[in-house]
Amino acid sequence: MEVRVQNIRKEFSRFPALNDVSLDIRSGELIALLGPSGSGKTTLLRLIAGLESPTEGTVYFGNEDASRKTVQQRNIGFVFQHYALFRHMTVLDNVSFGLTIRPAGRRPSKADIRKRALELLDLVQLSGLEKRYPAQLSGGQRQRVALARAMAVEPNVLLLDEPFGALDAQVRKELRRWLREIHDRTGHTTVFVTHDQDEALELADRVVVMSKGKIEQIGTPDEIYDTPNSPFVFGFIGQSNILPVRVENGQLWLDDRSIGVSATGEADGPAQLYFRPHDIELLDGCGGCIAGIVTVTRRVAGTRHVELDIGATHSKVEIELPPEKVTSDHSRIAFRPTRWKLFRN
Amino acid sequence: MTARTASLWQFRQPSVIPGFGLALGVTLSWLILIILIPLSGLAWRSSALGWPTFWALATDQRTVNALRISFGTAFAAALVNVVFGVILAWVLVRYRFPGKRVIDAMVDLPFALPTAVAGIALTTLYAPNGWIGSLLAPLGIKIAFTPIGIVFALIFVGLPFVVRTVQPIMEEIDKEVEEAAATLGANRFQTIRRVLLPGLAPAVLTGFALAFARGVGEYGSVIFIAGNLPYISEIAPLLIVIRLEEFNYPAATAIAAVMLVISFAMLLIINTIQAWSRRRYGYGA
Repeated sequence: MEVRVQNIRKEFSRFPALNDVSLDIRSGELIALLGPSGSGKTTLLRLIAGLESPTEGTVYFGNEDASRKTVQQRNIGFVFQHYALFRHMTVLDNVSFGLTIRPAGRRPSKADIRKRALELLDLVQLSGLEKRYPAQLSGGQRQRVALARAMAVEPNVLLLDEPFGALDAQVRKELRRWLREIHDRTGHTTVFVTHDQDEALELADRVVVMSKGKIEQIGTPDEIYDTPNSPFVFGFIGQSNILPVRVENGQLWLDDRSIGVSATGEADGPAQLYFRPHDIELLDGCGGCIAGIVTVTRRVAGTRHVELDIGATHSKVEIELPPEKVTSDHSRIAFRPTRWKLFRN
Repeated sequence: MTARTASLWQFRQPSVIPGFGLALGVTLSWLILIILIPLSGLAWRSSALGWPTFWALATDQRTVNALRISFGTAFAAALVNVVFGVILAWVLVRYRFPGKRVIDAMVDLPFALPTAVAGIALTTLYAPNGWIGSLLAPLGIKIAFTPIGIVFALIFVGLPFVVRTVQPIMEEIDKEVEEAAATLGANRFQTIRRVLLPGLAPAVLTGFALAFARGVGEYGSVIFIAGNLPYISEIAPLLIVIRLEEFNYPAATAIAAVMLVISFAMLLIINTIQAWSRRRYGYGA
């Protein structure tokens, strides 16, 4: 089901947590809400769920105004960071819970509930563990039970709050891939919150980057990484370098030297140049380049990270070189960004 | 083979914390001095009676009635305390209201107040000429000087046991668990009945056991409100004192021994249920 969030504002005792946020989620889409802590991403998720109510604005499920409905009526699936399983119930009872509490008219028969719960446990690869109690499961298994429990009620939308946040790195990676598979198989509209950009970029169809209660950018992982539309997104996603430059006659200048990059159509004046460490080309001579002195080099997996001290302002810049390119400290390196963006204050 | 047997007997766990021997030694000597010697004295005394004598004393009608009243009223009072203790703990944990701290402190008063004072106060209230008793008397309801009066006194002394055992567990309940139930469609009532209360069961059981044990042994408050009519509202502890005053030590010993056995059996059963549920649900793991 498609979900529309329209001009939502949320204040917690006068402190604005969300400020005029609008978001359209297409049916069957897997969306990540990404941002640092305090950016309002969890609040937005809880507003969609109905666990919080907005100060202003509306949430639509399809064409229906869901804002007037209670959390029980919205029929959503919610997965919590710390699983929130019912620990006095077996795994099977946990998964069945949402169906067994339905009023008699809408409740499936006992046999059907059991069948459905066992199917879901099979889907989350926990067959055979239905008689266990949550205390007897590992973290990753508990989170899979929580997901099965949320899916049992055939939710309109599946909401996950930092679902892998409490798990260790190895399990996280595994569950990430596995969540994508489940999503592709079941086709539930899914929104998940994360502060881990790798998780968001790898998993989501579209990523919503949030900061300070506002949406900074919405786009596919490619769009978010390749064409960030604000200094915040550029700095928050991936690695980035910032250099203070000057635009003059469509050319970029660093101190009193042209860096050989043309910025046609940009108005004259000071600006901030953003570029990623790997979006550069090395130059031999320097007829228009950025030149710096090597201060530190580090070998990181398949690349060599080189920190440079640039110009009179001693700005720090980090670039990535192929590992066979060995540089000694205090040597001079000249380069030019191949892909960059200008932002003005 | 001998080594294998030896390791079976070795109950000492390897630990980084030193002083296992010392700690166990102190604990055991303390237990022996304070609990085991007096209790074994009791056992020894009653075994000296010989089985036929003991049986005759223990099955004396007045003794049987006194035991029945003691355990019955303690059980009823503990049940009432479980219901209202859980509600009281819930109110104290979940809501904020003016005077909350005062009420919280008041819960402990039955611990500190001399039980005789409580007994006299309750008697004054519920006696046929007391404030509440005089209102109930025309309706034909008698509380003081009946077993109901005993239950009232035991409710008073047992309440803090339930509240204080349930309260900390309630405070630990994760709000997310309630939210999870709500997102799955559970209304408030279903959440409490199906999710919250079962989670509290082990703590409630502990509170019940403590309140019950306290009720069985209670003396001070009960003797004032009970009326102490033999066969009707006479509790076993009082009967023991009466026998002692008659210098009838064998009878006193026999009653005490029966109380000891029944109490121990009941507490053992309750503790076993608790240990089982703890293991299953992983509390305190």
